[in-house]
Amino acid sequence: MSQPQIEIQLIAAVVAVACALPGVFLVLRRMALMSDAISHAILLGIVLAFFLTKDISSPFLVIAATLTGVVTVSLVELLHRTRLVREDAAIGLVFPALFSIGVILISRFAGDVHLDIDAVLLGELAFAPFTRFVVLGNDLGPRTLYVMGGILLLNILFILLFYKELKLATLDAGLAAALGFSPALIHYALMTLVSVTAVGAFDAVGSILVVALMIAPPAAAYLLTDRLPRMIGLSALIGIASAFSGYWLARALDASIAGSMATMAGVFFALVFLLAPERGLIAIARRRAHQRWEFAQTMLAIHLLNHEGTPEEEEEYRLEHLHDHMRWEPDFAGQVVRGAERSGIILSQGKYLSLTDQGREVARRAIVS
Amino acid sequence: MNEEMKAIEVTDLTVAYRDQPVLWDIDLDVPPGVLMAVVGPNGAGKTTLIKAILGLVRSAAGQVLIYDKPYAEQRRMVGYVPQRESVDWDFPTNVLDVVMMGRYGHLGWVQRPGRHERTLAMEALDKVGMRPFADRQISQLSGGQQQRVFLARALVQDAQVYFMDEPFQGVDATTERAIVTLLQELRAAGKTVVVVHHDLQTVPEYFDWVTLLNVRRIASGPVDEVFTDENLRLAYGGRVAFLSRNGGSAPCNSEDSLEPNASSQETTDERTRIVQ
Amino acid sequence: MNVLELFSDLFSDYTLRTVALGSAMLGILSGSLGTYAVLRKQSLLGDAISHAALPGIALAFLLTGSKAPLVLILGAAAAGWIGTLLVMSIINTTRVKDDSALGLVLAVFFGFGLVLLTFIQKMPNAAQAGLDKFLFGQAAALLERDVVTMAVLGTLALLAMLIFWKEFKLLTFDPEFGASLGFPMRVLDILLITLLVVAIVLGLQTVGVVLMSAMVVAPAAAARQWTDRLGVMIGLAALFGALAGVSGALISSTTARLPTGPTIVLCISAIVLISLALAPNRGLVWRWVRHQRSRRRLRGEAVLGDLYALASQHDDEDHGHSIAVLRAMNRGRGGVALSLEQLERRGWVHQVGSDEWALTPSGLAEAERLATSRGEASA
Repeated sequence: MSQPQIEIQLIAAVVAVACALPGVFLVLRRMALMSDAISHAILLGIVLAFFLTKDISSPFLVIAATLTGVVTVSLVELLHRTRLVREDAAIGLVFPALFSIGVILISRFAGDVHLDIDAVLLGELAFAPFTRFVVLGNDLGPRTLYVMGGILLLNILFILLFYKELKLATLDAGLAAALGFSPALIHYALMTLVSVTAVGAFDAVGSILVVALMIAPPAAAYLLTDRLPRMIGLSALIGIASAFSGYWLARALDASIAGSMATMAGVFFALVFLLAPERGLIAIARRRAHQRWEFAQTMLAIHLLNHEGTPEEEEEYRLEHLHDHMRWEPDFAGQVVRGAERSGIILSQGKYLSLTDQGREVARRAIVS
Repeated sequence: MNEEMKAIEVTDLTVAYRDQPVLWDIDLDVPPGVLMAVVGPNGAGKTTLIKAILGLVRSAAGQVLIYDKPYAEQRRMVGYVPQRESVDWDFPTNVLDVVMMGRYGHLGWVQRPGRHERTLAMEALDKVGMRPFADRQISQLSGGQQQRVFLARALVQDAQVYFMDEPFQGVDATTERAIVTLLQELRAAGKTVVVVHHDLQTVPEYFDWVTLLNVRRIASGPVDEVFTDENLRLAYGGRVAFLSRNGGSAPCNSEDSLEPNASSQETTDERTRIVQ
Repeated sequence: MNVLELFSDLFSDYTLRTVALGSAMLGILSGSLGTYAVLRKQSLLGDAISHAALPGIALAFLLTGSKAPLVLILGAAAAGWIGTLLVMSIINTTRVKDDSALGLVLAVFFGFGLVLLTFIQKMPNAAQAGLDKFLFGQAAALLERDVVTMAVLGTLALLAMLIFWKEFKLLTFDPEFGASLGFPMRVLDILLITLLVVAIVLGLQTVGVVLMSAMVVAPAAAARQWTDRLGVMIGLAALFGALAGVSGALISSTTARLPTGPTIVLCISAIVLISLALAPNRGLVWRWVRHQRSRRRLRGEAVLGDLYALASQHDDEDHGHSIAVLRAMNRGRGGVALSLEQLERRGWVHQVGSDEWALTPSGLAEAERLATSRGEASA
């Protein structure tokens, strides 16, 4: 691999991890769509700052864009507080408006500059290696790498320092408030972090990939583990995997790098969705089938126990009756009966079934639980 | 039981959620003209029972007959009052509109409600004392008023059997009395009313039949016969405090056990032998 | 170009007419059908559907080589539908919540769509031209055949909405009750979502994928402020949508370098802001006015009460009290002079001497009435 190729993948990996970290908390706090809102709205901040400074690489742009991100969150909250609009509708009102202003400003007044609409959505990761970070005449690598690296460090630091508070505020806001941690503070700090990350990544990968990387890897990790530290770690890993595989996919198809990475993030989620142990679709289906089996046998035992010693006992104990009352297909009913027999729960005498002591025990245990 | 037709006949009803049992093998026979409470601890499956009977949740086994025919064929005979929280009261519509929804079943597909439906709706609103509110936005209603609107909607269904889910939850005293009166009028008219009820205290006062439920049917029958300390203990697992037994207040539902020797070792036979 | 010219051109100029009609249709459809999405708390489903449509459009082109509107619409609709199904199945089978499911389907599908677009771009015959107008919309490029397609399909969708009016109302307000009545709620749900997908997909050409979601949410949000009746709300949403669509499209097609999508979105956002501020009852401006009015009334009552207290101390109703005294008693609550003016206008106080005020007989009566209604002892 050539150096630019390595650098691109490195940048992509750093972006992925930097996004995954706050993304975990967004997903857990049910605020995933804020990433969508923020990453679109920051365009306006960037454009306004650009008009003021006329300098595309001014740090002021980053500040303005981050501020816009936070402003977006405040606006959504403000709208919601008027009680005239619901929260999800508020998000859908604020960010398109801000984004539209940004796009219009670009088209009208900055059409011939570096800011260009496709880049907004997609970024220009392919060009990232071309802006170098030069210190004292030494080329230390692509500037984006250092910017994103810095942001990544910031995110890691924040999570390490405020881990307890974040965890508490996310999982039990009431308790957090009672203990004196201000959930609102944590909320805004988190949103600022999301903004900073989105701004930093914006140049390289555009708004869509930011959203994909903030949601898909954490969502996948959410299905793989119950422990927060593991969820964070897995999100980072899946993010990196999406970054690398996305890059190679883009090379193979000669297509957008950012788009490919988003696609691969989706592919990984899909794989986890299907194959996750315990929570994946396949695991669930297998467990259901097995449980339906066991469940049916227990149901049979309880059913027999219920009617034991009652006048309808004779009626209920007949094999054909099962088909009627349990709504079991005759085949299934037969299988259940045989299975139950094998487990020693029932005895079948011709067309009549009866419970064994073990069967009664099974039934009673099921009832009590 | 004599040979007269049962209003509601439930057999072997079983409902599971993610393979955990919520209702096990429920048998229920309810004669017509009865006002029945369904009580049990939280999570006992009371709401699920109603929903399973109405086909709103899938049951793993069992069947439901209304006046001897499967429920699916008898929908016209059944009225339903869901829990108040099941609906967003901020929805842009008024009281009359909501009540008229009760006639949608009779109207069938596509047909819009007309003058006839309006009249019926207004009459129902009259019965619940909400006629002057016909034009009111539902978001402006109090809890008691909302409940009355739901009741009016059910009345307009002109059913023979009514299922109501916690209609007394969170209503003021006046509304509660009004609802009880209404239910008793329905019973007097020969209708069968099944009510999921949360307040054990008022069961003997309001209802003539009761079903005690805790995943399984603990007991079901006339209040005098079935609403006993023993059955309550079975249903609530020994965590019931008894206040006064002689006329007046019934046992109240509390977490403190004042009966330290409450036995939970009842055999299954005992449970299933309870009066049918 | 002034407004009058614009209007006359609307009828005479083919392009303008086409643009205006297409945009109006977009607004009507997305506004009315979007109302259901908003009421069912699925506001951002429109966002997901419109983003998901992008790969559908690209694939439709890749597979058929045609850019006929019907083909692209079908591709978009299929992809939108699949996206919705995925969102629903993720929510229903895993513990991933609705916002994450929406966000991930949205971003992944869109990313995939962009991959396909850039892939198409590399194809020999400049094929992509025309497909990327779906990103931000290009109303100026609307052809008559586009508008005809929109009109036909759109009318069918609206008809379906009208035919199943009460069923959809039931579905949106109380699906369980509806199920108990015997209506097949799942089928109705699928039907409604299909109509929404159609509405969104038809509008993509005009406003683009990125911003279509605003056209689903904003008209309904604005309409809700003006009415409490479903029928009126849907009608208003359609009207607002059409208004925004037409003005946005017209403005953008007659002004250089102004993409249509964002312009339309700004128009509808303006309508939303106006509605939030000015709608009677709910409007924020009215809320503020009402608040001010009640504050003034309370201040007036406070001054009246003070005069009453002073009068009872002096046992002489006509004894005048200086405004300075009143101000001292009302420390922290300004506007004593204003309150006095207000009270004088109502005949409850009169000036005695310079800068001194006293209660009139009717003022005394009013003060007593207030005191008893507040449960205070009267003099």
